[in-house]
Amino acid sequence: MARFIGQRLAYLLPVLLAVSVLTFLIASLLPGDLAYTILGDQATPEKVAALRAQMGLDLPIWQRYGLWLWDALHGDLGRSFRTGETVLNAVLERLPVSLELMVMAELIGLAIGIPLAILCAVKSGSAIDRFLTGLAFGNLSLPSFLVAILLIYLFAVQLNWLPATGWVPFSEDPLGNLRSFVLPALTLAFAEWPALMRVLRSDMIATLQEDFIAMAKAKGLRPARILLVHALKPSSLTLVTVTGINIGRLIGGAVIVETIFALPGIGRLLVGAIYARDFIILQGVVLFVAAGFVVVNFIVDMLYAVLDPRIRHGRA
Amino acid sequence: MAVLEIEGDTALVSPVRKRRRAGGLFLAAVAWIVLIGLAAALAGVLPIQSPTDLDMLARREPPSAEHWLGTDQLGRDMLARLIYGARISLTVGLLAPVIGVSVGGCLGMLAGYFRGRFETLTVGGVDVLLAFPPLVFALAVTAYLGQSVLNITLVIGVLGIPAFTRVARAVTLSLSEREFVTAARALGATHARILLRELLPNVALPLLAFFLLGVAVSIVVEGALSFLGLGVPPPAPSWGSMIGEGRESLDIAPWLAFLPALFMFLSVLAFNIVGDTLRALTDPRPGTL
Amino acid sequence: MTAPLLSIEGVSVDLPTPRGPLRAVDNVDLSLAPGRTLGVVGESGCGKTMLSRAILQLLPKRARLSGRVMFAGRDLASLPAEALRRLRGPELAVVFQDPMTSLNPVLTVGTQIIETLQAHLGMDAAAAAARGAELLAAVGIPAPAQRLRQYPHQLSGGMRQRVAIAIALSCEPKLLIADEPTTALDVTVQAQILDLLAREQQRRHMAMILITHDLGVVAGRTDEVAVMYAGRIVERAPTLKLFARMRMPYTEALLAAIPKLDSPPHTPLPAIAGRPPDPTRPLAGCSFAPRCRYADGRCRAAKPPLADPERAGTLYACWHPLGVSEAASA
Repeated sequence: MARFIGQRLAYLLPVLLAVSVLTFLIASLLPGDLAYTILGDQATPEKVAALRAQMGLDLPIWQRYGLWLWDALHGDLGRSFRTGETVLNAVLERLPVSLELMVMAELIGLAIGIPLAILCAVKSGSAIDRFLTGLAFGNLSLPSFLVAILLIYLFAVQLNWLPATGWVPFSEDPLGNLRSFVLPALTLAFAEWPALMRVLRSDMIATLQEDFIAMAKAKGLRPARILLVHALKPSSLTLVTVTGINIGRLIGGAVIVETIFALPGIGRLLVGAIYARDFIILQGVVLFVAAGFVVVNFIVDMLYAVLDPRIRHGRA
Repeated sequence: MAVLEIEGDTALVSPVRKRRRAGGLFLAAVAWIVLIGLAAALAGVLPIQSPTDLDMLARREPPSAEHWLGTDQLGRDMLARLIYGARISLTVGLLAPVIGVSVGGCLGMLAGYFRGRFETLTVGGVDVLLAFPPLVFALAVTAYLGQSVLNITLVIGVLGIPAFTRVARAVTLSLSEREFVTAARALGATHARILLRELLPNVALPLLAFFLLGVAVSIVVEGALSFLGLGVPPPAPSWGSMIGEGRESLDIAPWLAFLPALFMFLSVLAFNIVGDTLRALTDPRPGTL
Repeated sequence: MTAPLLSIEGVSVDLPTPRGPLRAVDNVDLSLAPGRTLGVVGESGCGKTMLSRAILQLLPKRARLSGRVMFAGRDLASLPAEALRRLRGPELAVVFQDPMTSLNPVLTVGTQIIETLQAHLGMDAAAAAARGAELLAAVGIPAPAQRLRQYPHQLSGGMRQRVAIAIALSCEPKLLIADEPTTALDVTVQAQILDLLAREQQRRHMAMILITHDLGVVAGRTDEVAVMYAGRIVERAPTLKLFARMRMPYTEALLAAIPKLDSPPHTPLPAIAGRPPDPTRPLAGCSFAPRCRYADGRCRAAKPPLADPERAGTLYACWHPLGVSEAASA
């Protein structure tokens, strides 16, 4: 088991490193002279040169990367030249928003997807199965910004039940905070549930044909128990994988949704950094996002061992 | 869901009645693609208004004899904008995955065929690209190279390479073990010959199916970028930017956003149906991506 | 004579296939008294597993069952689902062929025993765990308390089947159906499992149906034997009488195919030539005729009925039964 963990970690670290290199390259290629931008109206050739020397911008690119990496390994990811806050602070301030959105979206997606998947698996081949599967398929063709527009039109414009934009911190107004997350979370959940449902449905249909399900019926167990205990657990491997991958993606901040609903999350932080050429923030946040993605995948691998004891004991 | 999928206890039974219904949906999808494709291609010669002519006196008008689908918030003809928008969406949508399928397809086939360190490097590279937030990449490139149809196409194309690599590699891996490859090698065929004559024809079909799905995704990504104002710059109409602009008028003229939304949805759905149908034909297992 | 516990009357199972309806079980009549053992013997594909599923009401969704399955006076086919569920376990139990697939791989052995006890006997967790350990010990599993916490893949094949038997016996059923209980096990373990089943059956005065493809398994362990071929019962008799005076050429061939200890070394085993008929294309005459060495025109033209012309309590379906003169069978 320890070896398994070690192997996975050994693979993940180079990936993280490569991502940081890639980001550094892209950030460095962004047009616009950083020192010039910072100085603004006060820019004179001498001041620009001096600032460049001070910030180490005239060093060769690999040296700059090395310095950045050294600092990063010591926990110092740098400080934004615009706002002066550290990368860490910038991320930590916005992380709760993105996390809250992510968690709500995934929970809603699972809450829709899992029961529908079970229903379709049990009644596979029936009219309701075909209808729901068709609905899931159609939903896949509905991109998130379209869903956002629809939901805003329905709930904000027509019914006026929920706010279209605006976010209040939880500490200020818990109910308002939750209300401001409903539409964005729903928008994301709409994109999540079809994949989750398809995957679980497919696995459950296969599981329900297994001998041990016939055995469970032959033992006279209640249908609910057969479905939820005997059938669900062995069918959830792919579901966990897909959920993990989705969460990993969402860690990047659901940029589109955050922009439409004006939520101060990590996605908007990234976009702002690109436009302001704030490559320190960009570098640090992308690394953080990639690390999050990688960590989540790692957790998913670990979850496999929990769900399927055969993997835990070394045979699959 | 594959439109031709067979469910339930299939060991002895196959529901024959499904095939007819599936055919209908497939045909409708193809019909829409042909329709919108023709409209986009022939936009210049069709008897429609200019998509960029402003008319501040006729803003947000409902359908009329002059403007068959009404006008937008700057008085421009909606129908014309929708058709010219199709041009952009379809151009990007069709060209971007070409990059993905050619580069990714090659890489994947080579990785799956030669195995060893090349494969490890390729798979690792794919993982790195996937860990990188795609929108950041898109924004960074457009900020560097500027917003244009070409650049958007390039970005979306490159972003699609990992997915095609994976598919090509998976298919190649499963095919390499089969007898016809072993037979070809026993007959002394070179690697190039095996790759081109034996493997490529068999990898082509699943890749084609995936390509069509890629078209659907590319239309969506282009739409998303344009929606955020980061795609093709105005005044060129793109469905995405039309939706974005229409958002402000949701309360008084919702069709400004919903018409392009409908066109986009139908186009994406059509490509998804066609791609999925092809995938079901080439891969009998139930659909999972 | 005591009323039969199980009475199968005219049961047929039809499955729809792309090539037309398949009759997996064809008009089967069987009965079983309490405490008695019935052996059902036949090749793979003869319908014996479908028959067991028909009795248990566990047929695949698209299968059609006709006829009656009377258990303790009630027709199982017409019972509502909840009543059927309550029967399973306390009255009717089953042991499947392959314990690797019939036990849930992601649940512990303990969970799978305890849930049955809790579902039917209303025991609480602690009592059920204690009883579970007792049951495992009774079927010959060492260190039962530890086994409760283990997963099926951590046990050997023989032990897994013992667990399956323990689960089946846990609610003291009146009828146990053992569907090829030893086929998936090592030869050395087979006898142990069969002895275990016989012992428990005696102890609990339980009726048992032992389904197998091996005639040798039913000898000495059953009271009555039914031989199936191509979905039909082709011979049925009390075990001793069957082995002493078998009538069906098929049964004779089955018996001849069993290797015997006292034959000289390198004696070739007489295998039955040919294959069972395609169930979607039933033959007009006797299903065994293409492979039978005594077959003649009458056999190929008409299907012999299952009957007891000698009034000896032995049924067979053959125009030319062995050991009976032509005049008697005409």
